[in-house]
Amino acid sequence: MSMAVRQLKRLWPRTRASRRTLLGYIFISPFILGFLLWFLLPALTAVWLTFTDWNMISPPRFIGLGNIQRLFKDKLLVQALKVTSTYTIVSVPLALVVGFVIALLMNTKIRGITIFRTIYYMPSIVPAVASAVLWAWILNSEFGLLNALLHAGGLPKVRWLQEPEWALPALILMSLWGLGGGMVIYLAGLQGIPEVFYEAAEIDGAGRWSKLWHVTIPLVSPVILFNLVMGIIGSFQVFTAGYLITDGGPQNATLFYVLYLWRNGFQYLDMGYAAALAWVLFLIILALTLFIFKYVGGMVYYEEAR
Amino acid sequence: MAAPDKSLPVRQSSKALPMIRHMIKIEWERVFIWLVLVVGAVVMALPFLWLVSSSLKLEHRVFQFPPQLIPKPIRFRNYVDALTYKPFPIYLKNTFIIVMLNEVAILGSASFCAYGFARIRFPGRDLWFSIVLATMMVPFFALMVPSFVIFSRLKWIDTFLPLTVPFFFGGGAFNIFLLRQFFRTIPEELADAARIDGCSEFGIYARIMLPLAKPALTTVAIFTFLGGWNNFIGPLLYLNSPDKFTVAIGLATFRSVMRTRWDLLMAASTAMTLPVIAIFFLLQRYFIQGVVMTGLKG
Repeated sequence: MSMAVRQLKRLWPRTRASRRTLLGYIFISPFILGFLLWFLLPALTAVWLTFTDWNMISPPRFIGLGNIQRLFKDKLLVQALKVTSTYTIVSVPLALVVGFVIALLMNTKIRGITIFRTIYYMPSIVPAVASAVLWAWILNSEFGLLNALLHAGGLPKVRWLQEPEWALPALILMSLWGLGGGMVIYLAGLQGIPEVFYEAAEIDGAGRWSKLWHVTIPLVSPVILFNLVMGIIGSFQVFTAGYLITDGGPQNATLFYVLYLWRNGFQYLDMGYAAALAWVLFLIILALTLFIFKYVGGMVYYEEAR
Repeated sequence: MAAPDKSLPVRQSSKALPMIRHMIKIEWERVFIWLVLVVGAVVMALPFLWLVSSSLKLEHRVFQFPPQLIPKPIRFRNYVDALTYKPFPIYLKNTFIIVMLNEVAILGSASFCAYGFARIRFPGRDLWFSIVLATMMVPFFALMVPSFVIFSRLKWIDTFLPLTVPFFFGGGAFNIFLLRQFFRTIPEELADAARIDGCSEFGIYARIMLPLAKPALTTVAIFTFLGGWNNFIGPLLYLNSPDKFTVAIGLATFRSVMRTRWDLLMAASTAMTLPVIAIFFLLQRYFIQGVVMTGLKG
């Protein structure tokens, strides 16, 4: 026993600096272990899977670049990419702009701001499954709320979830219900802008548009960048709505990328090809993020003190 | 638009009439902004009203077109029928177990790591912290397939283990980041005083930092609850037997059997949403704080 203690004592570093280093690594060791186990190991497994043909039952078979060649011939992959990018290109900027405008309007020291903020924010915390079930009912072509509203306005009913051209717009509409999450972040950013900046701009003769353009937008640009990146990462991973409401249909009109990935992995048990699809998703998101940081990030204004 | 033009009436104070005109203009503008916000709020609230309204209707009243917003008669029994058709108490228990394990794992592990990143200076710290940030960007779906393969090798499929154990290792990059930001705002003098009294680094973490970080820990706890309660894809991947289902999976399977019973589906959906809304109203301050910490310090 005392032997062991002496051994341990010898291991304990002598100098202050090395003691601090050891302590630091002890504190962050859970993360390091987690990174190795739940990031690096799966990533290596994914590399291995990509070169195999495996249905999780019979033994895996090495097929070289077979899965990657398949990517280039896959018509459904093209469809999934088309659906996902259309969804992203429409819903992310819409949520970004509308959320920002609402935050601007709310930041005018208007009455009842906390009530407004609550109402706008609440949809974004509704559980995804509950939200999907609710919207399946709202979009119901015979008895749904949306068609009831159209009917009240004298417009014809739309078969939202049965027509290929309407299904994706319907799900985009649904996604906009959750724009309050980003809006609250903008609002917090707007409220953090010191009043003196506006006063200084007024002394320089700035009107409201030039204040918006030269004071407000630069100062909240880091928040806009954050919401943009998070919005894109999120919209490339939309799953629940496509899975529960439309099941990818009609005619693959809502075949979101991750739904297609899911099907390959867990319906067709095509683990190798699913891993290849996962790499494509990872590379797309990585490329988009780097692109945004490089080209949009340069326009972002950072305060010295932040 | 962004800030009220307080100085404008003053600037024109020499001329009384234009000033009044200007004030009227500003009042009109406020009314207009207010109206826009009200209309937007109604649009945002409508799905909620539709949800609750449908959940209280008689079965055949649901299929009335144009629909009535206030159900007549109001039928509360839908909730009883919906929540007893499937064993929701079991789903609730399972969800509760998973969420509680997640809370313990994340609050303990993330705060422990965050302390290292925030308060101890050592070589390699910044490199590891940039890895923390990088893992935040890795999409869940990119690692879903290989993770499933690993967990199935471990024979963890159809257990709560894949949904709970990983959180004991770091508790999620985002939570580490959030708590680190908070720890950095606590003055170093407090820790120094404790060090002079012979307190170890672990003692400082447990007895000084954790009590002071209660607001940030509450925020993390709330988002952990939301994450566990709302999580659909994780349980969908890893849980197969109905007695292990969570509330989210229960609701999804309830939908697949109750295709057209919208009254019961809405009752079940309302019931699943209610705890989230309740927590929001009780702990609104921490919610907003969490959102602010994510967006503004990121």
